Amino acid sequence: MSLNLRNILLFAVMGALLIAVGVIQSANVALAILNLCLISAIMTLGVNIQWGYAGLFNAGVMGFAALGGLAAVVVSFPPVPDAWSAGGPRAILGVASGAFAIGLAILTWRKVPGSRQTRGWAAAAVAIAGIILMRFIIDPAVEAIEAVEPAKTGFLGGLGLPIVFSWITGGAFAALAAWGIGKISLGLRSDYLAIATLGISEIIIYFLKNEEWMARGVKNVNGLPRPVPYEIDLQQTVWVQELAATFGFSLVELSSIIVKLSYAGLFIVVLVIVFWLSEKALKSPWGRMMRAIRDNEVAASAMGKDVTWRHLQVFVLGSAVIGLAGAMLTTLDGIFTPASYQPLRFTFLIWVMVIVGGSGNNLGSILGGFVIWFFWIEAEPIGLALIEFLTSGMAVDSALRSHLIENAAHTRLATMGVVLLLVLRFSPRGLIPERSK
Amino acid sequence: MTDILNALALLGNFVIVPGLTYGSQLALGALGVTMIYAVLRFSNFAHGETMSFGAMITILVTWWLQGKGVSLAPLPTALLALPIGIIGTVLMCLLFDRFVYRYYRRQRAAPVTYLILSVGILFILSGLVRFVIGPQDRIFADGERFIMKARAFKEMTGLDQGLAIKTTQGVTVVTAVIVVALIFWFLNRTRTGKSMRAYSDNEDLALLSGISPAKVVSITWIITGALAAVAGTLYGLDKGYKPFTYLGLVLPIFAAAIVGGVGNPLGAISGGFVISFSELLLTFAYKRVIAYLTPGDWVPEGLVQLLATDYKLAVSFVILVIVLLVKPTGLFSGKTL
Amino acid sequence: MRFLQGESLYGGYGGADILQGCSIGVNKGEIAVVVGPNGAGKSTAMKAMFGMLSVREGSVELDGQDISELPPQERVTLGMGFVPQNANVFTSMTVEENLEMGAFIRRDDFSPTMEQVFSLFPVLAEKRSQPAGELSGGQRQQVAVGRALMTQPSVLMLDEPTAGVSPIVMDELFDRIIEIAKTGIAILMVEQNARQALEIADRGFVLVQGRNRYTDTGEALLADPEVRRAFLGG
Repeated sequence: MSLNLRNILLFAVMGALLIAVGVIQSANVALAILNLCLISAIMTLGVNIQWGYAGLFNAGVMGFAALGGLAAVVVSFPPVPDAWSAGGPRAILGVASGAFAIGLAILTWRKVPGSRQTRGWAAAAVAIAGIILMRFIIDPAVEAIEAVEPAKTGFLGGLGLPIVFSWITGGAFAALAAWGIGKISLGLRSDYLAIATLGISEIIIYFLKNEEWMARGVKNVNGLPRPVPYEIDLQQTVWVQELAATFGFSLVELSSIIVKLSYAGLFIVVLVIVFWLSEKALKSPWGRMMRAIRDNEVAASAMGKDVTWRHLQVFVLGSAVIGLAGAMLTTLDGIFTPASYQPLRFTFLIWVMVIVGGSGNNLGSILGGFVIWFFWIEAEPIGLALIEFLTSGMAVDSALRSHLIENAAHTRLATMGVVLLLVLRFSPRGLIPERSK
Repeated sequence: MTDILNALALLGNFVIVPGLTYGSQLALGALGVTMIYAVLRFSNFAHGETMSFGAMITILVTWWLQGKGVSLAPLPTALLALPIGIIGTVLMCLLFDRFVYRYYRRQRAAPVTYLILSVGILFILSGLVRFVIGPQDRIFADGERFIMKARAFKEMTGLDQGLAIKTTQGVTVVTAVIVVALIFWFLNRTRTGKSMRAYSDNEDLALLSGISPAKVVSITWIITGALAAVAGTLYGLDKGYKPFTYLGLVLPIFAAAIVGGVGNPLGAISGGFVISFSELLLTFAYKRVIAYLTPGDWVPEGLVQLLATDYKLAVSFVILVIVLLVKPTGLFSGKTL
Repeated sequence: MRFLQGESLYGGYGGADILQGCSIGVNKGEIAVVVGPNGAGKSTAMKAMFGMLSVREGSVELDGQDISELPPQERVTLGMGFVPQNANVFTSMTVEENLEMGAFIRRDDFSPTMEQVFSLFPVLAEKRSQPAGELSGGQRQQVAVGRALMTQPSVLMLDEPTAGVSPIVMDELFDRIIEIAKTGIAILMVEQNARQALEIADRGFVLVQGRNRYTDTGEALLADPEVRRAFLGG
């Protein structure tokens, strides 16, 4: 892990930018950006494992992040006993029957003799029959569950465990989904894989939006428990009050800073662990083989490497990291909003981070996550300031001016695109390029 | 007999007319994606935003025309503005090709590089569009709202069920037919069109025959830009223009292109209709149709709906994924213009 | 100096040179055949002559004009036609469209040329509206040759035109090639079926490791016992 001068400098500049925001705007803003930078960095590490190590184009980042968010709800939210007694067991049975039907369909596809076509239709028939059976079992349960205090709950709730556990669970959810998705789609050509994963991630979001019995769908789950103290409690704590008095902070501001710092501490620990593991993996024989496969798939498979199996491993691992980051994000937000998962923000932006940072380089991914998130947030005030400056010659009540100022925020999308294209053209290996073997 | 006609009117109103309209919009979009794939050999993720850009230009010109008091009544004024929208979109496509894609073509970059580039362009266009016209809903259809109102249909036929056809629906289908006919005439009857097919079929042999790649690529972008502007405008006319929705259109469009076989224009068109009708047929509540078709006064208990309406858009994603997994070459074999 | 002449050609696909100074040439109305063992650089030599490969040293001249630096497309306009070994038709396009594409650079009326091609290959006239991809191997080769003839070239170059076709089809194809040569076109081809090819050749070049081993009339090469033993299987 030889940090050369250039990399240190790059991270130092990044740190200085965050500090500058702390001074110019406020410490709270800077810390809020920092926390999302950390989460973005972890997500980027996950995508880098897939793209940088193995050359897999996963355009379904959004779906895995949302599954992580779901885990946060399932793990941490207290159970809703009324909903459980209204239809819990029946809903579980329904899900189980659905899973059973899918398993049976796969078995039909694999074991039943006959041509591809007959097996295909047989498997489809089994799957459809299974889905009808599942709907038959689950529909009344869903109705009953969603009827339990719909304005407040209307879902099964979770396990009521500390939310930090959900980070692991989120990784597991995503890994499980990735295993299934990878199993069926990893044989596809790169652009088809991208389209398929994008499609599957949209299906996941649809599912989360509409299956209200699971996590309230578009009604969102509010007030997830926190792994860190609440501001209100801090404000009543003596040492916080003393600290505020000593440094002349307002109590509200200081409590909020402490909360954000606690999150940052937790996130940094996770980031360091994930980074360390990723580096270990990259430098291991496994990582070397991954890159050999990426650089020449034909040669690698000719040498007897099971390319599909390796791709599946890397796809599952990378997705697990994305799921972990997704759970962390929902933890930070304290709210799970399925409708907020948009491909632009959750898939393509992460891709910009990976490529700008430097595909194949973990340190680069972290830097990419930081830089891009920073500018994603700060492009708004910067763009606004720029447009205000450029239009300062115009009349104050000019319609064009107010239109431009009103829409200035959207320039950040265009900025991201321009940055991506410029990096691809003039520094295609990113800010911190992959070390050559 | 009346019952059967009523059932048909019901299906016509809720499935056939909207299906034809949405199918035409998807078909035009898929045709653009397929053209790019056939000639430049990559999946253009920015196509939805290209459509949005075309629609935006058309809307701006429409407003200007409306401000001048120009109108095409009973047809929407947007049709007058559309040629400018097409020119703007084509210029935009050619600019991006010149300053972004061309460099990589010379390097003979991998297809996935173009895909990432198209993501960059997606960002730029979506930012640009929101910056210029704003993220709000824009309804810019004017002129007569209906070709046929539900009540007029009832009075005309004496049926209980109405069949309404909006002007925008009629305009969409007619325009789509004209555009598709033009494209096929171009590809199959003109020397330039044939050279495009030849280039798509066998790049090296096309070179040996003296076909200029630069020209083929430019023409491809011109056609794609024009198609995108038309598709984007028609979609916006019919459903209201909202920049946000166009990114969501990319997947149904890819689904249509892939279902038909990427690179195959005929496939793209049929794919568009396969997707639109699957969405509608799977989420349509057959309750009243069945009530009409069964003897007596029996009415089914539930809605008799295969899938909840919420899942309408998901249908196209599921079809997309299934086709990719089962027969990635599509229902018609791909990679030929 | 012949009508088309490649002189002391050196070159390859980067890395070591495949061509080690070979020279091949053909006159109008003549059939010249390049034969040799696998890896001798036969196809490479053809590509070098047509400009699909940059020549490091040596020159290619057409009718006394140095064309070594011209790209393939410009050689087409100067009257050279090339039939590649693989993927030599537009499979999704009809026979007629294939020929039309062959005439792409022509701005004049090419229908007389198309009639000539159809009279040379009557079966193509019958199948003119069928996609070339649906034709048999021999018919496809005819389309490929016909496509190259559409520019009315003065030189026609063929890279293994009989690869993968039956002996009967091969004989017929050779007959057609003789007919084409009789119209005054120079024909340069690479062939695996060395014996049959040399039988119709006015001139033969035996290449080994990118160099000329034997150069003579087809007849003389066929008669040479050494050539027979080493390259024609006795």
